[in-house]
Amino acid sequence: MSTLGETLMQAPRRRPVLTLLGGAVAWLALYLMLEPLSFALVGLLPLDPTSHLAGALQFFLYDTPKVLMLLVGVVFLMGVVHTFVSPERTRALLAGRRLGAGNAAAAALGVVTPFCSCSAVPLFIGFLQAGVPLGVTFSFLIAAPLVNEVALVLLAGLFGWRVALLYLAVGLTLAIIGGFVIGALRLEGGLEDWVRDLQNQAPATTAGATPTWAERLEGGTRHVGEIVGKVWIYVVIGVAVGAGIHGYVPQDFMASFMGADTWWSVPAAVLLGVPMYTNAAGIIPILEALMAKGASLGTALAFMMSVIALSAPEMIILRRVLKPRLIATFVGVVAFGILLVGFVFNRVL
Amino acid sequence: MKNIKVLGSGCTKCKVTAEKIRGRADALQVDVEIEKVEDFAKIAAYGVMATPGVVIDEVVVHAGGVPSDAAIDGWLR
Repeated sequence: MSTLGETLMQAPRRRPVLTLLGGAVAWLALYLMLEPLSFALVGLLPLDPTSHLAGALQFFLYDTPKVLMLLVGVVFLMGVVHTFVSPERTRALLAGRRLGAGNAAAAALGVVTPFCSCSAVPLFIGFLQAGVPLGVTFSFLIAAPLVNEVALVLLAGLFGWRVALLYLAVGLTLAIIGGFVIGALRLEGGLEDWVRDLQNQAPATTAGATPTWAERLEGGTRHVGEIVGKVWIYVVIGVAVGAGIHGYVPQDFMASFMGADTWWSVPAAVLLGVPMYTNAAGIIPILEALMAKGASLGTALAFMMSVIALSAPEMIILRRVLKPRLIATFVGVVAFGILLVGFVFNRVL
Repeated sequence: MKNIKVLGSGCTKCKVTAEKIRGRADALQVDVEIEKVEDFAKIAAYGVMATPGVVIDEVVVHAGGVPSDAAIDGWLR
């Protein structure tokens, strides 16, 4: 037994590709068993299988592990992807790009480059130092926190793939156009002077060694530990809220003021989101509750984007590198984009 | 004595990193001086884009995320 355990423990180092394949097969087998398992578990309880309670319980017992497994799988893959795209490499790809194509590349790279909101300012300076244009840098800074694998998996798991894809498309568009507009306004004068002096100064590069596949897999595992360890509780809460309303007709308690027919619901949602500061995972249970109460999708997504992309604490940090004029422009452009998203979705869907 | 700088704007990960290095240095009985650098201009001067960054005797050895025990031991030896 101990030798088998040791063999399994050492497998990622000795046979990384084989371990990855084995892990994927085990993951899939377990994933396919979740639904029958949830029914079997509920069947063991002394409940009428057609009752609301049994339905809600089965939903909870199926959806919680389902979303958590999706999260583990996708976050692991992203952890591996992160070993290919360091901020340094992304910066090198974006240096000297023109507005337009550069903004699109920056938004896309913002999704896959490892990013932590506490590194936003060093990253911002590092990009400008290497000659990444201001507007292109902003596309990256808008996309990176807004569109990430955690938000997408949770949206897909709780609201379906259509909502997740819509969010991806809208988030990327907002980042591309927002950055493009800021770039076109030529606001380099809005940088604090010391930051401006650093612009286009080739920085000292810290090129690391190319990681081995074993190290890439370790990167994936580490990322799962960091991310899933932090957000699992939001998944459980989110699914529990969903299970609580499962099978019940949504109340229209909040529909009167967060529904699609109320024009001011979108601006109100954006304003409400600014002082709130949480990550994509924390906002999703709230979103579920809002939509269960009859809030429309456009209003709910506008609220989510405002909480993530426009937060008061982040503005205070950015103030150390940007003059108030540039911060105001950034907030104005992003807020306008989010408003547009909310209005269009409320009208179209 | 090694001079160790932890670069970062006072986020949790930066604090954890500094404490972890202190812990490993005590365990290995290495004499170190740990300094926290929170000034963005100074962080930029080291070319670090992801915090926490770790600088040992003016050489950047790490950027982004809390370093592992094994990595820290490698720097201290």
